[in-house]
Amino acid sequence: MNIHEYQGKELLRKYGVAVPDGKVAFTPEEAVKAAETLNSTVKVVKAQIHAGGRGKAGGVKLAKSLDEVRTYAEELLGKTLVTHQTGPEGKEVKRLLIEEGSDIQSEFYIGLVLDRATSRIVMMGSEEGGTEIEEVAANTPEKIFRETVDPVVGLMPYQARRLAFNINIPVNLVNKAVKFMIGLYNVFVENDCSIAEINPLVTTGDGQVMALDAKLNFDDNALYRHKDILELRDLDEEDEKEIEASKYDLSYIALDGNIGCMVNGAGLAMSTMDIIKHYGGDPANFLDVGGGATAEKVTEAFKIILSDKNVQGIFVNIFGGIMKCDVIAEGVIEATKQVGLKLPLVVRLEGTNVEIGKKMLNESGLNIVAAESMADGAEKIVSLVK
Amino acid sequence: MSVFVNKDTKVIVQGITGSTALFHTKQMLEYGTKIVAGVTPGKAGQEVEGVPVFNTVEEAVKATGANASVVYVPPAFAADAIVEAVDAELDLVITITEHIPVIDMIKVKRYMKGKKTRLVGPNCPGVITPDECKIGIMPGYIHRKGHVGVVSRSGTLTYEAVHQLSQADIGQTTAVGIGGDPVNGTDFIDVLKAFNEDDETYAVIMIGEIGGTAEEEAAEWIKANMSKPVVGFIGGQTAPPGKRMGHAGAIISGGKGTADEKIKTLNACGVKVAETPAVMGETLISVLKEKGLYEKCLIK
Repeated sequence: MNIHEYQGKELLRKYGVAVPDGKVAFTPEEAVKAAETLNSTVKVVKAQIHAGGRGKAGGVKLAKSLDEVRTYAEELLGKTLVTHQTGPEGKEVKRLLIEEGSDIQSEFYIGLVLDRATSRIVMMGSEEGGTEIEEVAANTPEKIFRETVDPVVGLMPYQARRLAFNINIPVNLVNKAVKFMIGLYNVFVENDCSIAEINPLVTTGDGQVMALDAKLNFDDNALYRHKDILELRDLDEEDEKEIEASKYDLSYIALDGNIGCMVNGAGLAMSTMDIIKHYGGDPANFLDVGGGATAEKVTEAFKIILSDKNVQGIFVNIFGGIMKCDVIAEGVIEATKQVGLKLPLVVRLEGTNVEIGKKMLNESGLNIVAAESMADGAEKIVSLVK
Repeated sequence: MSVFVNKDTKVIVQGITGSTALFHTKQMLEYGTKIVAGVTPGKAGQEVEGVPVFNTVEEAVKATGANASVVYVPPAFAADAIVEAVDAELDLVITITEHIPVIDMIKVKRYMKGKKTRLVGPNCPGVITPDECKIGIMPGYIHRKGHVGVVSRSGTLTYEAVHQLSQADIGQTTAVGIGGDPVNGTDFIDVLKAFNEDDETYAVIMIGEIGGTAEEEAAEWIKANMSKPVVGFIGGQTAPPGKRMGHAGAIISGGKGTADEKIKTLNACGVKVAETPAVMGETLISVLKEKGLYEKCLIK
């Protein structure tokens, strides 16, 4: 789960990680009110959307007066920002962060992620602040320093110090940087983050080490023990179909193509997309129905697939395994009737009672094409939507 | 022989009174797996499908001499269950549970360092040695005893591969699902090593997917150490970056973990990669023929 920058900064503040003073605003009036409470002469008006690259897309403005705050707030609220992370359709700005301006001396990068190779959390740092870390990794990998954390003791001060020295934090600010990094590590582990990225971390003219931006993502599997974090979820920022799918325990991801897919198992679902592409088609989605393909689940899955107007046909690929194919066939037939499906539907079943399942599909009187194999099914659906 | 599990493996089911565990306990018993005990705290003295239930893993081990366990407990309690199995000094703990928080697994994995227990999973279908022992949730009947080792990050893709092999009269020594999570107990290299040392295994099929670099590391290991042919498949060639494809570990992030990169590395290390999931079996068979192993692997 993602949260907004202002929410992330509030969380950081609770852990003693320095961030600029600021407040969220949903209207131009609130923006002005928030700005009035800030001490700096320059105020920053920052669009809050769940995507990076806001600065370059015109979502961050420097205001020198309250009037300017109002003007920028009016301009940004309701505007659709298109950044390299939003996709071409962009995202509508509904919230702003009104923040005090900072006297920036230098910009750095600090990030925490899981290092899969060691199964440990790693803290990464670089003096190339403000630039995306992937870019730094590609162009100047020697400028990225890493500290791997042993979960028994957590991030040790010496590690944070070493990192601070390595990325050339001014010597007189190293202790503040260490406090910052350890605070950030605590935010990460105590709240089950999956990413905690501060880009840039800045040193200021008045000797502060602060997070100028904050990107915090959370492990969905751990949200059950963080009710406070769950409350920060902003459904406006998420795909409607993906939200709907999660209600029914379906794993759905929208793609650009026109062939809807319904599959059991994540690996098989991914591979089904691949094989559709292999035969010249274009998958419209990833959808894993999980272990039990009941009539109810299949119906909901069909509804979600069909809510994508680009879909011109559906390919169901189920490896029955322990679920019997006749039960799955019954579910598919029932669901097809319920949603009144008119698009071509190809069903590939494999597993126990597969012959009975196929027979049921063929004799259903519905427009269902039973495929002999995964390849056969992919070929058939591709030719049917062409 | 086989790897990890065989006819002598004595298994405890952790969380045996839950509905999923109940269902699969029955399936495992029907397959012939030696399920000797179940554990659900507070339910000692009960019996499930004739299997005695204990309050703790330690008691279950003492009473039955079990050497392996399978974990079906809900994600919030799974880390605790795994550590309990480790402390009871089991040889093997197979964790089926999906959705365990990553930070829990980081701690568990750190705790297991230097201990004797092997963890397989979490978020995996389990391990099966055909006709001997099935631990997990895979459909037993698709497997046939033979000489090909199967290792995979995905459940249904494993079934797909096994099914293709069995249909072509190519049996399996053992099929190991290592799971779709970013932090797991047993990785590709652990399983490849075991297959490499197993006399009965003549070839291996390795099924990976997008996310992480486990396949690349495995490919390098194969190039340097593996004496048996390995065929691969990578799922997610069309997956968009930054999106988690069902499995917690299946995500391309920061340009890392793409299928193209994995396939390239596998090919460079001498691993033939099946072009589509429909030809995993065919691809393996073509390699077996090339190496003169086909006849030896064929079920007669």
